[in-house]
Parts: sequence; C-alpha cells; structure tokens
Amino acid sequence: MEKPKLIIGEKRSDGRLFDQLRPTQMKVGILKNANGSSLVQMGDTKVIAAVYGPREVHPRHLALPDRAILRVRYHMTPFSTNQRKNPAPTRREIEISKVIREALEPSVISNLFPRTAIDIFIEVLQADAGTRTAAIMAASLALADGGIPMKDLVSAVAVGKVEGNLVLDLNEEEDNYGEADLPIAIMPSLGNITLLQMNGEMSEEELKKAIELAMKGIRELYEMQKEALRQKYVLEE
Amino acid sequence: MSITPSNDRIVSNLKKETIIHLISKGIRGDGRKLNSYRPISIERGVAKKAEGSALVKIGDTEVIAGVKMSIDKPYEDTPDQGNLIVNVELLPLASPTFEPGPPDENAIEIARTIDRSLRDTKAINLKELCITQSQQVWTTWIDIYVLNHGGNLVDASMLAALAALKDTRVPKVEVKDGKITKTQETFQMPLVRNVVTVTVGKVGNYMIVDPSLEEEDILDSKIVFAITEDEKIGGIQKIFGSLTINELNEAINMVKNSYKQLIDAFKNI
Repeated sequence: MEKPKLIIGEKRSDGRLFDQLRPTQMKVGILKNANGSSLVQMGDTKVIAAVYGPREVHPRHLALPDRAILRVRYHMTPFSTNQRKNPAPTRREIEISKVIREALEPSVISNLFPRTAIDIFIEVLQADAGTRTAAIMAASLALADGGIPMKDLVSAVAVGKVEGNLVLDLNEEEDNYGEADLPIAIMPSLGNITLLQMNGEMSEEELKKAIELAMKGIRELYEMQKEALRQKYVLEE
Repeated sequence: MSITPSNDRIVSNLKKETIIHLISKGIRGDGRKLNSYRPISIERGVAKKAEGSALVKIGDTEVIAGVKMSIDKPYEDTPDQGNLIVNVELLPLASPTFEPGPPDENAIEIARTIDRSLRDTKAINLKELCITQSQQVWTTWIDIYVLNHGGNLVDASMLAALAALKDTRVPKVEVKDGKITKTQETFQMPLVRNVVTVTVGKVGNYMIVDPSLEEEDILDSKIVFAITEDEKIGGIQKIFGSLTINELNEAINMVKNSYKQLIDAFKNI
C-alpha cells in the first residue's frame, strides 16, 4: 500500500496543527444499570466504559484480604473496525486490558474495600487510533461517576512521530504510517505516569519532547474530564 | 479480563527493609551495583531440530528460545516481507506461581513487547525472507520458553530470541513454475541490527536494573526499554506501578549506562 502524504506544510492530513487534539467529547452516567459509566469520543474513536462494584468477588479465592481487586476488560466490538473483528479476545486485547488495569490501579484507593472486586468493562464502538488512551479516560470517568474514591483522575493521550515530526493524538492514518507511537497516561495533579508504552524508534531527545507534548494534551483532556463530571453533578445556580 | 494478581509471593517487611537499606547504600543483596546485571551466559545451538536456538541465563533465570521456519502466505499489508511471530510460555516447571494453560496476560505482554522491539527497530531484514511476492514468504516463529524464573524474564527472553536468531540458518529454496523446493544449502538469518531490552525497577526512591526475583517482589514499578546498539530507544513498556517524569529520566540514564553489558555478552557468543 502506498503511504499517503501525512504532513502538508505546517498541518496534518486532517487539517490539525501538530499539537492539536481531535474534537473531543466526554459524558458520564450514560448507562442506567452500571454504578458508573461514561462515553469518550476523540475524533472517530468512540469508547464506552461501565463500572460495577465494589461488589462480592466470585470466585472467592481471587479476593485480597487488604484491598479491592480491579478487573478490567477492554474489548472491541466486531463493527468497530473496517474489517469485521472476531469478537473473541485477541492477544492485543488481553495485553491492553492488562496495561489499562495497571494504568488505573495506582489511582484507586482500593484498601477502603477489602475482599471486594471493582469491575470495569470497556467497549470500543469505533476504532480510529488512540482507543487505549480513550478507554483509560472513559474508565477513570466511570470510576468517578460510580463514586469510587480515587487519588486523581487518569488522563491519557498518544504522541506520535510522523514524517519526522512529533504530533499529538494520532489518527488512524498517522498511526498506520507513522514512525513511532507513544501512548501515555498520567494522574495530572500528582504527576505520576501510570501507562507508558512506545513502539517505533526515538532518540532520547525526541522521547523527552514527546512527553512534553503529551503533557500539553493531557492538561486539556484533564479539564474536559472534570467538566464532564461537573455537567452531571454540579447544579447551576 | 485482566485481574489484580492474588498469587503474588508474600515478602516479610523485615526482608523488604533489608533490601531497601542495602540499595540505599548503592549495593544489592547479591553484591551487585544498582546498574549491574547478574552474570549472563548464552549458549547457541541447544535444540538441534530447530533452525536456530539459544539458552540464556541471567543469574538464576533460565530461558530457552527456538526458531522454526515455515513457508506461508505473507500478510496483506506486507506482501514483500517475511512474517514474524513471537510466543512466550511461562512453563509451570519454571516457578510455583506459574500454572499450565494457554499463555496468560503476563506471557502475552512479554511476547508482544519482544515482537515490537524486533519489528520496530527492523532488527530482521524481513524483505530477505520473501520468496515470491504476495505468494510465499518465510514465517519466522520465535518460541521462547522460560525454564526457571529468577526475575527479569523480559531481558532474558529478548536476549534468548536475539541469540536464537543469530544462530538461525534458513534453507535456500528453488522456485520452478511457482513450485518451491528446499535445497540442502542454507543462508544466515538476516539479523541486521542488535537490539536488547533493559528492565528498570523502582524501589522507594531508587532505581535498579535487572531485578532478581527477590527484588521483583518488592518493586513499586517496573519499566522495560528496548535499546539498539547505536543507543536509539526502540520501544517502551511500563509493566506495573507508576513513576514521575524525573524518575523516567533517571530510568533512561540507567538504561544508557547498563545496556552494553547485554550487548557485550551477545557479541561474545
């Protein structure tokens, strides 16, 4: 397949600037049955998350005596991609479920609920790059919506290298043809990185600049997350 | 579904404090420096029926990797390249905490981290493993079997994969009227770039490389960097916990002043 031109002058193929996020929407409390739920949409990527718990653990032996366990399922709907995706969990989804759990775990004050489970279910409705970062934000919002005590929200975004330029929040085309992709999740108020992956190649200098660029996006997304919660929970005078 | 592990080994506070106290003085329980690897040994050709194989030991950790080659159709998006498949098995004989069954999330994470590190740095010239474009190419199967879990499985697995690739001879083939026949002759696996992974652990305010099993039990977070011989970062995977940007920069410095130990061990085989 021919690689399309991804950078035109100072702009990207979808018209964005290098440090510009895709149009982003966030909403909490979208599902009735779940204790907490949310929707996050970034460009053509669309993800929903639901939280159940803290609740009894089955099977029992999985329970921990001093804290709640987190159970995370990241799953892509078969109609979320161009080619139908088999609904059985792939190796990719298993890995992503794990890294998402580990991205959220540092934020949850789990020792308040010993011997229980907090279940987080994530469904990707539309996949157009950045599903794991959107999923992390959706899950964090759903946890907040479910009233789970947390140290901070978790915000996440990817930075990529495209035709030698560092760009914020990759779209699918940039993800497919770019030279590197670095998804990162942070608890912004605490400054703790809870997810960091990179594929592709970068120098140390590029890596540091990429993280700086990610921080800019994360600050914007953190505000949007808080605004989504305010929309549901703060009554206007 | 990914579940908070409940079969973690239990470490006494006394032991934990002892390990941290030693680390705060710049030495480790086994006498190493914070940026030193345990003794590394690599043995090639340990599985005769494989096209390439290697046994790697880092301290008590033992990993065997085998490379098998088969002829298949290429992936649609890479019609002129060979296929690469990496699989990791955490065998039940390697640790009391490993259970039989298909690869779990830990095994899959290691396999995918190694796969990305090899692929993204173009360590193998996959174009040389194309036989007929869009029709038939070599699939390189790298199967990594952990024999003894002594901590730091990622670095040992990656080194085993690299060593097995270096050991690999691919059969030469003849193509006649679209039919492929293998010949007696072989050629060297086109491993064109050396890349290793360095695992850095955070304990309290300290960073250590190559955590032993005992140290892994008390880590606050763990992060893996793939690094090429010419010091380019070819992949990152934070495995658990969290760290600040300053700690990340510290971890990168640890990687830069320790990865040559792996490269040197690899070059000596």
